[in-house]
Amino acid sequence: MRKNRTVFLSIPYLLWMLVFTLIPLGVVAYYAFTDVSTGEFTLANILSLGQYIGNIGDSMLYALVSALICLLLGYPVAYFIAKQSPVAQKFLYMLVMLPMCMSFLLRTMAWVGLLQDTGIINNLLEAIGLSRLPLIRTPAAVVLGMVYNYLPYMILPLYATIVKIDPKLIEAAQDLGCNGAQCFRRVTLPLSIPGILSGMTMVFVPAVSTFYISQKLGSSDTILIGDLIEKLFKQAYNPNMGSALSLLLMVLVFIAVAIMNRFGGEEDGVIV
Amino acid sequence: MKHVNRAITVLIFLFLYLPMAVLIVGSFNTGSNLSHFDGFTLSRYAELFQDRALLALMRNSIVLSLLASVIATAFGTMAAVGIRALRPRLRGAVMAVTNIPMTNPDIVTGISLSLLFVFVGSGLLGMRQSLSFWTLLIAHITFNLPYVILNVMPKLNQMDPALHDAALDLGCTNVQAFFKVTIHEIMPGILSGAVMAFTMSLDDFVISYFVSGTDFVTLPVEIYNYVKKPIPPRVYALFTLLFLLILVLMTVMNLLQVRTDRSRSASHRAGMIKEEKR
Amino acid sequence: MSKELIRLHDLVVEFDGERILDSMNLYINDHEFLTLLGPSGCGKTTTLRIIGGFLSPTSGTVTFDGRVINDVPPHARQINTVFQRYALFPHLDVYDNVAFGLRVAKKPKAEIDKRVKNMLEVVSLKGYETRRIDSLSGGQQQRVAIARALVNEPKVLLLDEPLGALDLRLRKDMQNELKRIQQSTGITFIYVTHDQEEALSMSDTVVVMDKGRIQQIGRPEDIYNEPKNAFVADFIGESNILDGVMLSDYKVRFFGRVFDCVDKGFDPDESVDVVIRPEDVDIVPVRQGHLVGTVTGITFKGLNYDIIVEFKGFKWLIQTPDYHGVGETIGIRLNPEDIHIMHKSEYSGMFGDYSSYSAEYDELTEDAADEEE
Repeated sequence: MRKNRTVFLSIPYLLWMLVFTLIPLGVVAYYAFTDVSTGEFTLANILSLGQYIGNIGDSMLYALVSALICLLLGYPVAYFIAKQSPVAQKFLYMLVMLPMCMSFLLRTMAWVGLLQDTGIINNLLEAIGLSRLPLIRTPAAVVLGMVYNYLPYMILPLYATIVKIDPKLIEAAQDLGCNGAQCFRRVTLPLSIPGILSGMTMVFVPAVSTFYISQKLGSSDTILIGDLIEKLFKQAYNPNMGSALSLLLMVLVFIAVAIMNRFGGEEDGVIV
Repeated sequence: MKHVNRAITVLIFLFLYLPMAVLIVGSFNTGSNLSHFDGFTLSRYAELFQDRALLALMRNSIVLSLLASVIATAFGTMAAVGIRALRPRLRGAVMAVTNIPMTNPDIVTGISLSLLFVFVGSGLLGMRQSLSFWTLLIAHITFNLPYVILNVMPKLNQMDPALHDAALDLGCTNVQAFFKVTIHEIMPGILSGAVMAFTMSLDDFVISYFVSGTDFVTLPVEIYNYVKKPIPPRVYALFTLLFLLILVLMTVMNLLQVRTDRSRSASHRAGMIKEEKR
Repeated sequence: MSKELIRLHDLVVEFDGERILDSMNLYINDHEFLTLLGPSGCGKTTTLRIIGGFLSPTSGTVTFDGRVINDVPPHARQINTVFQRYALFPHLDVYDNVAFGLRVAKKPKAEIDKRVKNMLEVVSLKGYETRRIDSLSGGQQQRVAIARALVNEPKVLLLDEPLGALDLRLRKDMQNELKRIQQSTGITFIYVTHDQEEALSMSDTVVVMDKGRIQQIGRPEDIYNEPKNAFVADFIGESNILDGVMLSDYKVRFFGRVFDCVDKGFDPDESVDVVIRPEDVDIVPVRQGHLVGTVTGITFKGLNYDIIVEFKGFKWLIQTPDYHGVGETIGIRLNPEDIHIMHKSEYSGMFGDYSSYSAEYDELTEDAADEEE
């Protein structure tokens, strides 16, 4: 009752979000449905999205594969960190966070230095008498770049979930006759599902929309949705087509997030 | 199994830090190619401190991140307090909107804001340059706000609501109660929100790339432009210094936290023992 | 008693169409120790929050010292509160917690220091000034909470289940301590609890509440001895409640037999509820008994045995120092002063039958519903 006046504190924020989050999305929709030269209403942009079906499929595939690899690599790490002493946990957590704070452009450039035909890895291979391998400009290099950049986004929510699992539950499972592997499969794994879903989302969303990793590490015919949008805005200067593509990307992401949430139920508290 | 996990963890950490090691080694390289170590030199660091343009970009990034994160922290904390007083239904809707910039791909956030600024600036106001420092700042505040709110909100929810009542009971007005009691309770959330907002701002490239004008460019946007030309090695020197700075800051913060946690649990134990003796 | 200090007039509180308080009328005297007693969700905490100013009533008025204070915010009221789980400020030490109210009121430093030190002495926490709140035990935190409220010298102290979080031993000590503090300071205490024993042992006046309404107001002895309806009889102590008919003044019939009693003023042949306290029943040899029954259960309780005795299909709870085995047939006698007569109420038939009695007393647990109020 008396609290009512506190509510007014949220009004400036609501206005801000309206003007700088909701309305911009409306503007994207407006551009997507208008013609680039005449500004008239048109469905042409949306209808011609079909030409990009290959790029869209590639983007989804790369992002999904990266998210799955991140899960496979990230889970043991998150599990290992969660089982350390509280002080060790803090420092390992910090070590996972730290790369996220450093320029991702430069770190991706470093991979170019490592993978390119005259790069560090190929130099090493040659030095030990092996032949050079075509590492860069391959689909594998793109996936590697995505996994490398977004792996912390997988580890952190996973860790946050696993560390909250009450050790007594494991003891209870052992008491009821589970061996180590059974404990993991029947108790730990099901209880870490919220973290898994949150991690998958947090890797999938930036991976599906990236435009730098593919430009630097992929072959010239690896053009992902992000690359297309960037080109349409910055080079082709066709913001209307770019908007249509962005709208599609947004829909894809929201479908993916909705699917994850549906499996996960509530996943509050897992913020990174 | 334990050993396998440990081995995987070590390998993953090597994987995460290998490229950064390459950059750090590159900063001491006499050559400018990351793949070839031609010889050791410290001259890159000297070059760095003479490169006014690069330092200016660095300063731009820091000024922008500081401003955006401080404004977003104050604004977001205020908003979180207000949102909590909303009816549950409405609160759910507002939190859903708050999540949009978090779940939306950065590139969509970037182009949507850029279109809005161009639409309003050029289309409605007839400005020639609709993208500027101010649009950059607005964009950064916008994507920082959810981080602040999502860090502050759990702390507000954890706080015993009776604490606020107790402050009122002891003579505080609502505003006094906030600054004398509530803010102390939610401070960890405010701080982690602010730190997160700052680092997000500092490293943001995708959104900045679409909303910055020519008058004010940040370091990441400029680095992206190096696509066309080779990266000067003094950028690696800058990277190395930043890496050390963040490493030291994070370590110090961790050590401080470990120490306060320890003294707190120690004094708690002392209290329990005394009580038992009574 | 002295003059009236607080008056609640026709208070109604509704949340989302649900009535939490239903036209509550109550006055509270200066220097009084008044307890609001009732089960979880009865409206007692809501009443307290209205007096404290944390809640505005949907309708009705709150008068303080002759002035309507409905719209006076909490910080402007001469009332302080000891909160349910103390609500001590974790970022401040003991001294700063106690000094909080005085500092907000911008008292001179020297005066603050004197009053805080003095108050810490009153609650026996001298020497704890610089201790962190989380290093204190429950009992110590309780004392800090009391000191923090009392140091402001309020006219009224509101206490919301202040002993709920303490263990039994400490709770008894603190009951005495609170009573002592109340008597020495002369401050009006309004105390909320669901613990009937606490209410009876500490208060000058007990207000029994249920479903947002006052069921009975009175001195502890009166509440216990002359419960107004089946709810009060059951909530305060244990009671066997039987259907009876008041034949005339001092004559009541139940179980097909006429008993003498001390009540009068009922309509002739009015249906009534008859209350028999388990400890008032005398067990006698079968031949001398007013009523004869069979023991169907027995539980050892330390000071006495609780036995369940069946009379013509109705089970009574009787407390006795002597052992009576299951299956034994016993007689009982009832003295006129042991028979309490009440008018029929909405609660008639809901309480006082021990047919489904188990050895455990119903533990009254404060659930979330009460805190939501």
